[in-house]
Amino acid sequence: MRNSRPALFALATLVLLGGGIALALFWVPDDADQGFSQRIFYIHVPIALTAYACFGWGAWKALRLLWLRDERYDLESYTAIHIGLIFGVLTLVTGSIWARTSWGVWWTWSSRQLVMFLVLFLFYAAYFMLRYSVEPGRRRANISAVYALFGVVLVPISFLAIRLSSDLIHPVVLKKSGPDMAGSMFLVFCICLVGMLSLAATMYSIELTGKRLDGHLRELREALA
Amino acid sequence: MSSGDRYVFAAYTVVLVTVLVYLLIIALKVSRLDRELGELARRARERRAKEEQDDREEATVG
Amino acid sequence: MSGYFGDVAALARKDLLLELRSRDTVPAMLLFVVAALVVFHFALPTDASARATDGLLWIGLVFTALLGLTRAFVAEREGGVMDGLVLATFDRSAIWLGKTLSVLAFLGLAEVVALPAYALFFRPIGWELVVAVVLADIGIAVVGTLLSAMAVVSRARELLLPLLFLPLGIPVIVGGVGATVADEPGRYLAFLALYDLVFAILSWASFEYVVAE
Repeated sequence: MRNSRPALFALATLVLLGGGIALALFWVPDDADQGFSQRIFYIHVPIALTAYACFGWGAWKALRLLWLRDERYDLESYTAIHIGLIFGVLTLVTGSIWARTSWGVWWTWSSRQLVMFLVLFLFYAAYFMLRYSVEPGRRRANISAVYALFGVVLVPISFLAIRLSSDLIHPVVLKKSGPDMAGSMFLVFCICLVGMLSLAATMYSIELTGKRLDGHLRELREALA
Repeated sequence: MSSGDRYVFAAYTVVLVTVLVYLLIIALKVSRLDRELGELARRARERRAKEEQDDREEATVG
Repeated sequence: MSGYFGDVAALARKDLLLELRSRDTVPAMLLFVVAALVVFHFALPTDASARATDGLLWIGLVFTALLGLTRAFVAEREGGVMDGLVLATFDRSAIWLGKTLSVLAFLGLAEVVALPAYALFFRPIGWELVVAVVLADIGIAVVGTLLSAMAVVSRARELLLPLLFLPLGIPVIVGGVGATVADEPGRYLAFLALYDLVFAILSWASFEYVVAE
């Protein structure tokens, strides 16, 4: 059962995300205000939420590592944050494309989500710099875990900060489509959200298996040398 | 297709391409793992063969 | 419990005495912040608003703090004292608190020079700025000390600390600049206080894992 987890997630992704995207592009009606280009929302927001979920999962694994003092969680935390960073970059890219369609610019400081993800990108990119410059071992695992915890605390604090700063610098806050959508739109959104989460879970389990294989191989090589 | 529509497809394409690139990287990793595992298996086989040969030699002498 | 605070006081006193004797860090910070302010004058176009200089002041304060923080654990690392400290009987979080207090003292000294210099070169400062600086210093010290301990065990050291710190420093800048320029600084000061509280607790609780072998 454990070995078939990547396959199960992949299947779920295929059905949910594949179906969701098809629905988002072909079935769901156009948005009254923004027209066809609003459909970016169906992948942009799920990608953003999935990124948050990955960072949260990584922080959870980090907490387990520190609590139980089990180094096994280091690999899981690291992989989750790696996937989170990929989704974070995707959020910035899709968000930028949406900004282009909605407001004609590739970047705007008025979009709180874009700014938040820029800050998170900087934070988690520094996570990798940290890992690469500390020798592997228990201490690196501990330090990475503490940093991952700082990350999740940073999310609400940054959110507040960005909100405060936008009042100061950009009094006009541009809104995206809110929760007042038609029922069908909300359904497709949810399908795409679960589909993205499945995609992240698939990537996570595959990458984790790959890293574990690396570890086993190294052990084997040492045993046979 | 208006330019607005083009951007929508661009966004979806970016996601697809990212997943495909990820797939590529994993494919490379899997083939590397396959190669290394094959080499380790060969080494294990050689070692076993050598041990059997040593046992055989000992038996003959003794 | 008095043992704990006694340890903290002893550690902080050690750092302050060391600095008093060697005069490594604080003079450099003082000179740096004044030099930065001068550079800001030359960097700003003639029609720059007053708000721009306020923003730049905060940048100057943060980078001066980084300068000081980079050196926070270097003495321990080079003297090989780090292991001794960690193995000693005190609670490891006391190391963090002691170091944070001494960093705070250094930052305070830097500001005692920086703020009057700013008032001299650019524009007068108000009480909101002073309160904001105090709160921001606490936040910077609290987070920076922990990150400095992380950076000091890495190969990249001085390069790594700014990378680790700046994303976490953004809320501090927002709070600080906001308090300085907004009509109602209260919200921003409250936010800075929240930042300080949250990250102080987190840093205090997690420091022992950062220095554990």
